[in-house]
Amino acid sequence: MSTKAEDIPKKGKRKSTSTKKPIKKDEFGEKLDVKPVLPKVVDEYDYDSSDEEDLRNTIGNIPIKWYDDEEHIGYDKHGEKIIKPEKKGEIETFLEKMEDPDYWRKVFDRQSGTDIKLTDEQIEKLQNIASGKYPTIGYNPYEPFLDIYSSQKEIHPIDNIPAPKARFIPSKDEMRMVSKMVHAIRMGWAIGPKEKKEEKKVYDLWASEDSMDNLTKSQLSRMRVHMPAPKVTLPTHAESYNPAEEYLFDDDEKKKWEETEKEDRVMNFVPSKFDSLRKVPQYDKFITERFERCLDLYLAPRQRKMRIHADPTDLLPDLPNPNDLRPFPTNLAFYMRGHKGQVRCISMEPEKGELLASGGQDGTVRIWMLATGRCIKTFDMGGEVTSVAFSPIAERTMLAVAYEGKHIAILNTGCGDKLHIQQTEQFISEVPTDEQEDGAVVHWRKAKDRVTLTLPNEVRQVTWHAKGDYLATVAVDDIAKSVYVHQMSKSKSQCPFTKRKGHVQAVVFHPTQARLFVATKIHVREYDLARCVLIKKLITGIKHISSIVPDASGENLFLGGLDRRFAWMDLQMGNKPWKKLKHHTSAIRSVAYHKKYPLLATVSDDGSAMVYYARIYSDFSKDNELYPVKRLKAHEKADDLSMLHTVWHPIQPWLITAGADGSIALFTY
Amino acid sequence: MKDRFKQKYSAGAAVAYISRKQALKKLQLTLKDFRRLCIIKGIYPHEPAHKKQANKGSTANKVFYYRKDINFLAHEPIINKFRENKIFLRKLNHLKAKREEDKVKKLYEHKPVYNLDTIVKERYPTFGSALRDLDDALSLCFTFAMLPHTRVLKEGMINDCRRLTAEFMHYIIESQALRNTFISIKGIYYQAEICGEKITWIVPHERGLPHVTDVDFTVLVTFVEFYIAMLGFVNFKLFQGIGLYYPPQIGQTASAEEMETEDYREKIYSLAKPLAKNKDFDGVEDDEPLDLLGEDSDALAQKIHEAKTIKSLFKGFVFYLNRECPKEALAFVIRSCGGTVGWEGAPTELSESSKNITHQIVDRPMNKLENNRLYIQPQWAFDCLNARRRLPTDRYMPGVALPPHFSPFTSEKAGDYIPFERLEELRSMGKDVSELEAAIPKTADELPKRKKEVKAEPKKGMHVTVGQMHKKSKEKYHDIVEKTQELKMRELMISKKHQRVYHSMKTQFKRNRNDALKLKKKAKLAKVAAAE
Repeated sequence: MSTKAEDIPKKGKRKSTSTKKPIKKDEFGEKLDVKPVLPKVVDEYDYDSSDEEDLRNTIGNIPIKWYDDEEHIGYDKHGEKIIKPEKKGEIETFLEKMEDPDYWRKVFDRQSGTDIKLTDEQIEKLQNIASGKYPTIGYNPYEPFLDIYSSQKEIHPIDNIPAPKARFIPSKDEMRMVSKMVHAIRMGWAIGPKEKKEEKKVYDLWASEDSMDNLTKSQLSRMRVHMPAPKVTLPTHAESYNPAEEYLFDDDEKKKWEETEKEDRVMNFVPSKFDSLRKVPQYDKFITERFERCLDLYLAPRQRKMRIHADPTDLLPDLPNPNDLRPFPTNLAFYMRGHKGQVRCISMEPEKGELLASGGQDGTVRIWMLATGRCIKTFDMGGEVTSVAFSPIAERTMLAVAYEGKHIAILNTGCGDKLHIQQTEQFISEVPTDEQEDGAVVHWRKAKDRVTLTLPNEVRQVTWHAKGDYLATVAVDDIAKSVYVHQMSKSKSQCPFTKRKGHVQAVVFHPTQARLFVATKIHVREYDLARCVLIKKLITGIKHISSIVPDASGENLFLGGLDRRFAWMDLQMGNKPWKKLKHHTSAIRSVAYHKKYPLLATVSDDGSAMVYYARIYSDFSKDNELYPVKRLKAHEKADDLSMLHTVWHPIQPWLITAGADGSIALFTY
Repeated sequence: MKDRFKQKYSAGAAVAYISRKQALKKLQLTLKDFRRLCIIKGIYPHEPAHKKQANKGSTANKVFYYRKDINFLAHEPIINKFRENKIFLRKLNHLKAKREEDKVKKLYEHKPVYNLDTIVKERYPTFGSALRDLDDALSLCFTFAMLPHTRVLKEGMINDCRRLTAEFMHYIIESQALRNTFISIKGIYYQAEICGEKITWIVPHERGLPHVTDVDFTVLVTFVEFYIAMLGFVNFKLFQGIGLYYPPQIGQTASAEEMETEDYREKIYSLAKPLAKNKDFDGVEDDEPLDLLGEDSDALAQKIHEAKTIKSLFKGFVFYLNRECPKEALAFVIRSCGGTVGWEGAPTELSESSKNITHQIVDRPMNKLENNRLYIQPQWAFDCLNARRRLPTDRYMPGVALPPHFSPFTSEKAGDYIPFERLEELRSMGKDVSELEAAIPKTADELPKRKKEVKAEPKKGMHVTVGQMHKKSKEKYHDIVEKTQELKMRELMISKKHQRVYHSMKTQFKRNRNDALKLKKKAKLAKVAAAE
């Protein structure tokens, strides 16, 4: 950079000197006249050599760096090496710096190997360049500017050229455009400039209100089907800025309000009280609420809904006055205690209804005197009793008991009329147990006061036919041969079904005919035992039948289910229930229908017995009646079980229930 | 003969309803334009009675419109305006990107505008139907009148809202139609009765409205656009009906230029000055009601009596409002009740020391009170209107703890909880409250207590016990038990059809009762706390 900077001023200086010099001291002046070109060559030569003149080296115009590694630089005219001037030492430089006042303007020239002293002019130029000014000294870039075409109007034209003819001839292009417009105006196509927008005017829009008749049919129908949006509910006292104290939230309510979801809140604000109007702040959700209302207006689907503005009791059905339906049990008379653990089953003595038999988990069968509530006899069966059933013949004091160990015992209770006891004794002694066939599945044995049957499976239920000769048993297991029918007079047992048709839960004989109702979990099948055919299959609608009871005529069946349902099947009405009820909150364990009174009872694990007035009409013109009349509660809960079995008294409207807590309850009116 | 090859879903609900997506396709509109169209035309979705049928067997959750509604929309000329607007915006965008200012300016001159007059008439064929829909329009316009203008909320729109709401309030004042007011924490509710229609609207408190982010203002703007058009006509009709000039004038001599000025507008907006009435208007002066027969006339007579009392509630009184009071609300209420109102500064220029002032409304503790006037807090004016009588001012003096402010909109039913003060208020309004009072559910300590029988220790040894009288009350108790049991039996036998509604009614009843009891208990606690 420094070398270049040096060069420029040097050249400039030399130029000025060299152009002057040839005129001053020209030694070859003669040749000038002869060859006008030559002097130039001479000049050029002179000029050219001027470079070399100043140079102290003899290397010519070659890059100096070629000699960088050499000790010398060029050769003299004798062919001797010219040794490079010695490099100045640091001290020497320093001394020079100290002594020479012009040191700062000296620049080392590598070409010549000497220091060059810069002139003032050169320094100023350098300074100009460094500070971004024009390098020429004294150059003024902002000289006053003289405009050729000034704003002043001159009297003389700048040039003298006359205006061209085109300037005086109208433009054809414009003429074409104008003629187009004129044509458009003539033809009425032209649209003038748009008028200024008119201010929106208001006027009496409904001035011709009587013109409702002029509306079209569709307009009228639109008006008719229009559903106006429901109005916003008006504020309550709680929204006041100064509500009564009770409307403010206490801590619990506030917490509850904060915890509930925004959509579920009853109030969308927290009531607050301000002691003066100026302290009421702006409601922060005001715009949001307006927005939500707007959304409701255009987004929410609308539908007409009929609201019932009625007293809720008007919706309830009218039932006959319970006093007209009496008698039915209303009060708990007493408990009969004695069993340990659950009382599984109970049975009433037919006709007179003086005795009650009960079988319990403790393996005993107890005979109770109902009039006094005293236990008069206990039989120890040696296994948990699952079912007891008094013989339907009043003259026989006979009780069928099913107990654990695959046994059934037909006992002579030995209670009651002596004559009857004797008759029974005789009857039992006459049972031909010895005439058993070989390979019979059921073994009949006779003991002192009883006949014992041993079955291949555990027995769940035992039930008598109305004539007292046959009795049917149901096994616990889900097998094909679970139902057996036993005949007392011949001491014979037979299995009517060989194919499994569902898990049999209970069976019951038709009260008058030789028919058997078999209840599986969801169906009831009616079989004719004499002809061995299926008569009817009933669809009960219950998921798990627990008990089945026919009425006296055998035309109606009452079913209770573990799925809380009760069903009344009217066999004449088809195979679907006439009435289904779900009045218990837990499984129904047992159903009972009174022999004399139109009373029905269901007992359930929820600890209650429902008593219904259930009148059956035999003629078709009248509908059966079923009204709930009383809910009775007696037993305590034990292992989620409460009432296990129920029976009606044969002649009185009394209900007897067996409880899981080991007691038997008698309800009277 | 029945067509055996009838296609499924070719009649009934499947044809009567159309889903929104189908509607968009049919109308060839974007969702945004469809929304605008629905808002302006007042078309709303319908809930089909048989949703699955309407949805052609699918159970997907969809929004349904009446097909007839959509066909009706398809004929709407405003749809073309929407399209023109879209083109306008596209052109504008184009020109703006090219920075062609002149053309932009020219384009703006040709901006498509649409007129909502016919739509207003179509949506509200009668004036009465327009009044019925006024609630939402007023609430929204009052809100907009308080908003600052932004890019979405154009200044013109907000000014229109301000003007229209002020005009409406002037009408209410002049016709003295205001019936109820309620200061809630959300804002101030007003209820007026115009042409027998009860119109309720809410005005936000006079504080700055907060900035909200969860609101799509474009929806609100579309609503307001329509409401402005509607309110303009409604106001015109209302003003015309009672012989006022429209646009409203304060002096008789106001020229058009004068009415444009800011000052004049402020004067009107202040509600402090009565409007000029058209002289050649012969309004029907409502005289005593004709001797109408039947029960209806009783209600009508009471209504007219009520209106009269409200009209002359503050007659002859001059109210001075301190500067901390909400001027618009108070001026509105007081002038509706026939009073005169003023304050320091334009346009009333009523000085505090004026001798004419009868009442001064103050909302802060005062040290210096003058003798010849009553000092009251703002709530007094509102409570007076609701009670339809001038309440004694001693409970409303500055610095005094105010009596609770109750909502006049609650219709007290038997079985509701009614605060003690409210009962008093109702009684003073001449209502028979004994039934309501008796029906308030009773808390456990209010019910007649069964005396605990103190059982004497059984005497040891031989003794004679005194025989007991047969108690009549026990019999009654048994009766009640029997009744409840009978009811329970009936509940068991309720038909399936009514089961759900019955139980929901029951739970509602129970909830109301519990709420009432809770409030009652809290009121008692508060009373005890106040006494201590």
